[in-house]
Amino acid sequence: MTTPVQGHHIVRAFSEELEQLTASVATMGGLAESLVSDALDAIAARDSDLALDVIQRDKRLDTLQRDIERQIIRLLALRQPLASDLRVCIAALKIAADLERIGDLAKNIARRTRELNEAEPLALSKSIERMGRLVQGHLHEVLDAYASGEIGGALGVWQRDDDVDEHYNTLFRELLVCMAEDPHIVGPGAHLLFIAKNLERVGDHATNIAEVVHYAVTGTELLADRPKGGSSGTP
Amino acid sequence: MTDAPRPIADAVRQRLARRHRAEGRFRMFGVGAIVLAIAFLAVLIGSIIAQSTGAFTTYTLTLPITIEREVADPRGDMSEASLRRGSYNQLIQRALQAELPAASSRTELRDLFSLYSGLNAAPVMRRVVADPSLIGQEISVSMPVNHEIDLYLKGITVREDRQPGEGAITMDADGDEVRLTGEMPVFARFVSRIRAQAEDERQEALSRAARAQAQAGMAESRDAREAALAAERRAFADAERFETIIDPETSILLGARTASLLIGVNGGVISVSAVSPDGRTAQGSVLLPLESDAASSDWTEWVIETPPAARRVGDLQAIYARTLEERGLIDQRFNTRLFLNADSREPELAGVMGAFIGSILTMLVTMLLAVPIGVGTAIYLEEFAPKTRLTGFIEVNINNLAAVPSIVFGLLGLAVFINAFGLPRSAPLVGGMVLALMTLPTVIISSRAALRAVPPSIREAALGVGASKTQAVFQHVLPLAMPGILTGSIIGLAQALGETAPLLMIGMVAFVADAPSLGLAGLTQPSTVMPVQVFLWSGASERAFEMRTAAAILVLLTLMILFNAVAIYLRRRFERRW
Amino acid sequence: MAEDANVKAGTVYHPAEGNRKVKVAASGVDVFYADKQALHDVSVEIGDRAVTAFIGPSGCGKSTFLRCINRMNDTIDTARVSGSIRIDGEEINDRSVDPVLLRARVGMVFQKPNPFPKSIFDNVAYGPRIHGLAVSKDELDSIVETSLKKAGLWDEVADRLDQPGNSLSGGQQQRLVIARAIAVNPEVILMDEPCSALDPIATARIEELIDELRENYCLIIVTHSMAQAARVSQMTAFFHLGHLVEFGPTEEIFTNPRDRRTQDYITGRFG
Repeated sequence: MTTPVQGHHIVRAFSEELEQLTASVATMGGLAESLVSDALDAIAARDSDLALDVIQRDKRLDTLQRDIERQIIRLLALRQPLASDLRVCIAALKIAADLERIGDLAKNIARRTRELNEAEPLALSKSIERMGRLVQGHLHEVLDAYASGEIGGALGVWQRDDDVDEHYNTLFRELLVCMAEDPHIVGPGAHLLFIAKNLERVGDHATNIAEVVHYAVTGTELLADRPKGGSSGTP
Repeated sequence: MTDAPRPIADAVRQRLARRHRAEGRFRMFGVGAIVLAIAFLAVLIGSIIAQSTGAFTTYTLTLPITIEREVADPRGDMSEASLRRGSYNQLIQRALQAELPAASSRTELRDLFSLYSGLNAAPVMRRVVADPSLIGQEISVSMPVNHEIDLYLKGITVREDRQPGEGAITMDADGDEVRLTGEMPVFARFVSRIRAQAEDERQEALSRAARAQAQAGMAESRDAREAALAAERRAFADAERFETIIDPETSILLGARTASLLIGVNGGVISVSAVSPDGRTAQGSVLLPLESDAASSDWTEWVIETPPAARRVGDLQAIYARTLEERGLIDQRFNTRLFLNADSREPELAGVMGAFIGSILTMLVTMLLAVPIGVGTAIYLEEFAPKTRLTGFIEVNINNLAAVPSIVFGLLGLAVFINAFGLPRSAPLVGGMVLALMTLPTVIISSRAALRAVPPSIREAALGVGASKTQAVFQHVLPLAMPGILTGSIIGLAQALGETAPLLMIGMVAFVADAPSLGLAGLTQPSTVMPVQVFLWSGASERAFEMRTAAAILVLLTLMILFNAVAIYLRRRFERRW
Repeated sequence: MAEDANVKAGTVYHPAEGNRKVKVAASGVDVFYADKQALHDVSVEIGDRAVTAFIGPSGCGKSTFLRCINRMNDTIDTARVSGSIRIDGEEINDRSVDPVLLRARVGMVFQKPNPFPKSIFDNVAYGPRIHGLAVSKDELDSIVETSLKKAGLWDEVADRLDQPGNSLSGGQQQRLVIARAIAVNPEVILMDEPCSALDPIATARIEELIDELRENYCLIIVTHSMAQAARVSQMTAFFHLGHLVEFGPTEEIFTNPRDRRTQDYITGRFG
């Protein structure tokens, strides 16, 4: 992420450390995005090996997050960042936490994918994948916004979070209908339901990241209520 | 760049020795300068002390004097007016004559009475006037001997040698003339001594003649040649005269240009006028009567090497002085008169008291004028005056005033204080005013520097709690600047104390025989000051003033050191309090 | 940022603490030193019972402005101040206002501790004495004691009030100077980099003291340490090249300054 203020710090090492931090967060973002993407691929291709790979790669994300936290603590203690620098640090801390959660959710999706692969394929997998690609797109957009410091993308994601919610609500209703018709698919259906829920959460995290990026760049919080779509009986 | 930069250690090492040498050289110069300065100071002080030692003691003649009524009280009514007209010098003369009854002829008496100055009668008169009951009584009177006699007794002006003679001598009196005969060549020692001396002088005369001849050869004008030739002739005549003394065949005649030989024997003194070449017999005249003509082997050979023409103490005076000294009537004492008397024409009576009091009064006036005005000016200029072109102009001029030669201030004093204001000449009041003018710039400049040195934080602190400008200055800044102001003022005063030139202009160079009174009245009485006293004495012709000049310089130096010590003490004291 | 709706007339709004009465109000203050303009059109309203910090690079005019508030610039011959400064609505740049009276109302603490070279007691008693605040010795004693207590110095010096003020440590001296300023019971206390000569512990003591004094006084502090400004002040003003660039609640200045120059200064970048 480029800081909202151009120009280098008088203490050059400070600038370098901030850049290093931003780069770490970007790396972590890329990894988290690839986890989500691979998990979706695994669902689509019913590829258990890919799913296993996702599960294993989540550990790397955890390591990265701890690393970033250490960097931030060090920065806060030694450099006492203020104003935009302070916001950049806090944003990195929050984004890293969000990304770590996203990784966990991807891992959870991968686990459920392996379970699903044991059973007959369900028609609704396509809907799940569509929703997944949308969420993945949002994630990609906010990470781009973070890297570039352009808040337009972040704002877009923040405003379009409803799309994900709508997708989720539709899927939820369809799954309920299917499971009511055919009690045999209650097991895989439940897995799909959780996968959808996880994807919805990933979307929420992406929105969080969008808010954090906005705060880091502008210094103001996105206070107004997000345009919410029709509320649903979320579990 | 072909070669890589050398490591710093190498580069430094290469120049290190040179740098250390430069530093060592500088230190050496510093130490050298200090050593030189100390050496000069030591030489200066040493020479002054060495020169002055003679002035701190004086030979004093103490006589029992009977105050005879008819001499002391010519009108016989014991009134003060009558007592003041008494001839006290006559009383002293009588007492002296009583001690040396042998002196009877006019020349003898003149020599005897020249042992002291007639001015010494004045203190006797004052004693009698103060206490008329002394009349008819015998009192002891001390007075310094004449300065020439004093110098002679101290051995400064006259070289003499007294030693016991060897072998018995017999005396054949023929009226005043005496013929002395020794059982052996008793005068041989004197003869060889005077011949050696004569030989030296002859050589000297000859070389003088040679120089004069050379000069004559080179002389450019006729007059110069004549003069040189005359000098040559004189030198040859001198040499010839010495030859007669050296000649072993002729008897040696003693005169004004040879050493004197006095023979002290049987309580009297014989002045020898001729000695036989073999040193066995001598011809002389009696200066102090002998008790007997009996032959004696207990006699004194008393050689006054300085010829009578080159000294100001006659043989007879020397004899009287030595006789009185032997009797204990003349002894060496600490010279209290140097400190307690005012100036006098007679060196033995001259002292620095008048100049000292004059200096104190002058300094008092200077201090009372220069310090308040100077410090006040400094405070105003430094703390209150707006920094305008006018104040800048005033500042520049104050700094310039510090560089004005002091004699200019003297001229100013003469023109303004004496001519325009009509103040008395030679008075400490005017001197003090002139010196105050001279000291003002020093006081102002040093006070301003001291005020400027007070950290501005103190002013701000005072103003910050709501003190007015005046309160801040007088309650905080001034007390902190006090040590500096005092030091500057005292140094300025010390400088004024040593100043002569401006005082010459206003007549403080006058000879003042009475010390001014130490009080308000003294301010307008004629007076002089220490440095002027030194100046006056240094110009006096008497040899005795030379050492008194050195002594006065010492007193002045002591005074200066005292001033500086006070400055240091005050500074310390104020610094401790603040 | 504070919404305009929250600001009432004659008050300064603070998001966390609400409205605050304006103590010092400056408008259009220009200061010239000889021909050089040191301060350009400074307008600011400073709230009572709060600490306002002035920050900015050296030579930015923050001290100059501070010294306008008690007319300390009067002591500099070449200084010329124009514009209006009001304390409680009363114009202080007026000729009719005696700076001596003003300085009794507006105390000042300087960068270097500058106790008078007198005893601790006399240091504190000086102000009350010249203003005649105490009629009896007992009253003076109690003023000195209260002031030293308020300055948190009483316990350390109670048994040696007759010792010279310079014998104290730097931090103690600075607290003594604060006690001296408090002793005349001023309304506003100006502090010009009060901790720049002190070690961190002494600094912390002074900061704690400043925070306590906030209850009763309007404090204005100039500091080079942004961390200090952040720690002690509620409002912060950033000066740059003689301009007041930004003035606002301290947390806003330090988290989200609106002006680029403030941002650069605070984050330590070249402008």
